[in-house]
Amino acid sequence: MLEIRDLQAAYGDIRVLDGVTLTVGPGEIVALLGPNGAGKSTLLNSIAGLLRPRAGAVSFEGEDLGRLHAHRIVDRGVALVPEGRRLFGGMTVAENLELGAFASRARATKAAGLERVFALFPDLRERRRQLVRALSGGQQQMVAVGRALMTNPKLLMLDEPSLGIAPRLVRAIMDALAEINRGGVAVFLVEQNVQAALGLAHRAYVLESGRIALQGPAAELLRDPHVRRAYLGPLAVRE
Amino acid sequence: MNVLEQQLLLGLFIGGLYGLAAAGLSLVFGVMKVLDVAHGELIMLGGYMTVFVVAFVGLDPFVALLLVIPLSLLLGVALYWGLFSFVVRADEETRVKNSLLIGFGLALALHALAVQLWTADERSIVTPYAGAVITVGELSIPLVRLASLAVAFALIGGLHLLLARWRWGKAIRATAEDWQAALLTGIDVRRAYLLAFAIGTGLAGAAGTLVTVGYSVSPSIGLEWTLKALIVVVLAGLGSMIGTFVGGLLLGVAEAASAATFGGPYREVVGLVIFVVVLVVRPRGLFGR
Repeated sequence: MLEIRDLQAAYGDIRVLDGVTLTVGPGEIVALLGPNGAGKSTLLNSIAGLLRPRAGAVSFEGEDLGRLHAHRIVDRGVALVPEGRRLFGGMTVAENLELGAFASRARATKAAGLERVFALFPDLRERRRQLVRALSGGQQQMVAVGRALMTNPKLLMLDEPSLGIAPRLVRAIMDALAEINRGGVAVFLVEQNVQAALGLAHRAYVLESGRIALQGPAAELLRDPHVRRAYLGPLAVRE
Repeated sequence: MNVLEQQLLLGLFIGGLYGLAAAGLSLVFGVMKVLDVAHGELIMLGGYMTVFVVAFVGLDPFVALLLVIPLSLLLGVALYWGLFSFVVRADEETRVKNSLLIGFGLALALHALAVQLWTADERSIVTPYAGAVITVGELSIPLVRLASLAVAFALIGGLHLLLARWRWGKAIRATAEDWQAALLTGIDVRRAYLLAFAIGTGLAGAAGTLVTVGYSVSPSIGLEWTLKALIVVVLAGLGSMIGTFVGGLLLGVAEAASAATFGGPYREVVGLVIFVVVLVVRPRGLFGR
């Protein structure tokens, strides 16, 4: 469904992605792991159209996304929950969610989408009239996932959804992603919390210094000595 | 005698126009991160449009708003496509610098054009009810200025509703808060920029009408109005049109108070003092988010 071939991206003279090739199939949950600065966010931003790739191709359902404006990419069914959530803090929960249904693809399904989000995150229903900036980090992350879901995506991409939120809420978010996936939405997840990511994903890639260093089924990577040493810490290696 | 009260009242009336002038500038700056220093010249053009609509179509100047506002909106669309659409492609820091260059160039060009077309003379519009006054106690309220304040307030209220309720109004607010996040929700931010600039120019046109009816218009009024609008934007902060309007009223009253206390020449000083004090004490402005 999503196919990335030999993607190169750079900020000014600093090359960040150095020929990345990967795919996400329909209905899959794919995790992207890697250290800080490996280019994970750059990859997601390139797919979403916030950054123009230097070379290589990003295609979704056979269509080249490299030519489309970011708002058109959303309309094709590719949504990104950006790092740091990037909500509209001066607006209410409901306004944030409704803005998610701005593109024409999502307008028709707005009411159903809102019900879907409230079913996933019941907390948000009670708080829908509150300003987003008054919510906790975990609740804000729920709004961010909800806003992306309101675009009625076929592929949902998330950049570090567990960053800076309470462990209990990380669990709730991961459960929600599994639930979203059961509804037929493919998920592409960038995550520092490797244990949580590999517990959820079917497959995973490891991005290091702008290249794919490793790939395979999530269960296999969880056993891989390099992954355990680099991403799960010394305790995990000793087990 | 209630000389002071009378002066403060007149300050309130001009303050309403400051607020209206500032609303357009605030909208454009808040949404596009572009500082349109030709905003005062757009007010000046609105004033001349009104002069000609009144002279040739024979409309009452307040009715002329129904023509001046749409014409100004169209002017805004043309200016956006012709000049500012290139600016918004850059990152935010570059946008401000480039917009200053373009804005100053546009201001000079419009000023020169106005002198060529209409000479440097001051013009005003004299309505049949120009001298009408409502007397309340010892205060006399000029009808034209009262009506101007009411129109300015109605326009700001309308703008507030537009931004709060309209689909694209919400998109404009979202773009102002975080344009990349707006893109990710599927908002065409270029369209939001175009709408914000057109609406800002429309408000400038309306302000031009009210300035010309209550006071006068000449090709050189632009800079003064840009400065007043800028002071109000700094005073009020970004993010609330009602707040901007209140900031305009405050500036008008503060100017009148200082003129009454220290004498006429100090009228202009107070705005600049407010400008500096707010920047030092509360950089995001009184009502800023």
